[in-house]
Amino acid sequence: MTLNAVEMKNISLKFNEQSILHDINLKIEEKDFMAIIGPNGGGKSTLLKIILGLLTPDTGEVKVFGREPKKARDLMGYLPQSVSFDHDFPINVFDTVLSGIYHGLFKGYSENDRKAVINALKDVEMEKFKDRQISRLSGGQIQRVFIARAIVREPKLLLMDEPMASIDPEMQNSFYQLLSKLKDKMAIVLVSHDVGAVSIHVDKIACLNQRLFYHGPVEDAKEGLEEVYNCPIDLISHGIPHRVLKEH
Amino acid sequence: MIEIFQYEFMQRAFIAAVLVSVACGIVGTYVVIKRIVFISGGISHAAFGGIGLGYFLGINPILAAIPFSLISALGIGAINQRVKVSEDTAIGILWSLGMALGIIFVNLTPGYVPDLFSYLFGSILTVPISDLYIMLVLDLIIIGTVFLFQREFLALSFDEEFSKVVGMPSELIYMLLLCLVALSVVVLIKVVGVILVIALLTIPAAISKQYTSNIRKLMALSVIIGGLLTSAGLWLSYVFNLASGATIVLVLTFAFGISYYLRD
Ligand SMILES: Nc1ncnc2c1ncn2[C@@H]1O[C@H](COP(=O)(O)OP(=O)(O)OP(=O)(O)O)[C@@H](O)[C@H]1O
Ligand SMILES: [Mg+2]
Repeated sequence: MTLNAVEMKNISLKFNEQSILHDINLKIEEKDFMAIIGPNGGGKSTLLKIILGLLTPDTGEVKVFGREPKKARDLMGYLPQSVSFDHDFPINVFDTVLSGIYHGLFKGYSENDRKAVINALKDVEMEKFKDRQISRLSGGQIQRVFIARAIVREPKLLLMDEPMASIDPEMQNSFYQLLSKLKDKMAIVLVSHDVGAVSIHVDKIACLNQRLFYHGPVEDAKEGLEEVYNCPIDLISHGIPHRVLKEH
Repeated sequence: MIEIFQYEFMQRAFIAAVLVSVACGIVGTYVVIKRIVFISGGISHAAFGGIGLGYFLGINPILAAIPFSLISALGIGAINQRVKVSEDTAIGILWSLGMALGIIFVNLTPGYVPDLFSYLFGSILTVPISDLYIMLVLDLIIIGTVFLFQREFLALSFDEEFSKVVGMPSELIYMLLLCLVALSVVVLIKVVGVILVIALLTIPAAISKQYTSNIRKLMALSVIIGGLLTSAGLWLSYVFNLASGATIVLVLTFAFGISYYLRD
């Protein structure tokens, strides 16, 4: 039997008496490549934080690879939607990415860890900035560094909250290529607003706005998307010309 | 200038300045980059409760301040994490509670209370040998702890949420960091006093931060700058016969102003 990456049963969460997530049932399989889509305030970031064990739901049960979320953190990689850090914090790019690896108290980093950092920086084309202080990068470059920090430990479940924010089109392309390389090794969940781009690349879509309106293959997502956004969606999906063109 | 080293109290004062600079350079670096200046101010004032307790029990006030400031550090940390009170409110309460307890203990102490002022405003010229030993031991504990937990402290300071995500016991690490602040407060009390401790915990690191983006260099530079400026303040206070703690703080502030100006 293979373990599911994530299993959520009847998850509900309120902030200050206001319902944020209502009765969510979601299964993410071991090698799923899934996009979570929904309007601002729909609860996407909150859902990721529940999977990470940063927030505890009021009701329901979450299992990550069969464990409590907090006990499964060694298997997860995470890109937050935003990181607020001090504008002149004394840390460089290399050490920032290195902080994505952690072996436990009193356990230092090995040569392999350092190689992994260099490889992750190559993946996001930031290797030549490795000694630069983090605050002396542009917004998009910082985002790339945080992407590297999320993938550096080769997690079994990669959670990315709007990875494409402030990333230029060229890098977006190579980023999706990177993800398609990674997806054989891990489950990937990304939050995005770019329905068009996402539907070309991912295999499954989850439509979230307080409730989970749909989750399943991209092909059948149109209705769920329209329901969640409350407007017609032009879905570019598997099997139509865009996709075919791309596969040359 | 050389002759002042012939006095034993001066030698002791300079040793105290060195011991102080180690604590304020290392822990001050975290205080500045993790932005826990106000919390540290709270812990240092709460430590006065321990000073008062020391007088009341008739033991060395510095020793009594150790458990007291540790407990207030853990108290502030726990309130911060568990109770739904805003952090600065909690700090304000513990800050004044510690001071008030200290004053009551001093009130209850029969007879004359010697050197009370030195704990409030510092008196680097009268640090007894026994206190130097206490400061040395605390410095060693601080260095050892930072050496062992440097990865965790850095990750916690940079991005606390992410440090949890990679599996660090961040809440415990944060408590530990506050305990280090508490210990360095105790190291600093005799030199600048409860009220001015926060200057030594912030200014050397704030100056150094303008010149390096590497945390180890930042710590080393803060220790050196802290040592030089504290010694300069000590010397000036001797020459002009001024209160040592206040003179040191003035020198630190002046140096910060100059460094800020030079940076641009
Ligand atoms: N700490 C908090 N306290 C109270 N309410 C919160 C908190 N965090 C989020 N919320 C509320 O929860 C809801 C969902 O927030 P969430 O950040 O999960 O949305 P999202 O789908 O990620 O939105 P976006 O697309 O803007 O990133 C919002 O209505 C928000 O106001
Ligand atoms: Mg969000």
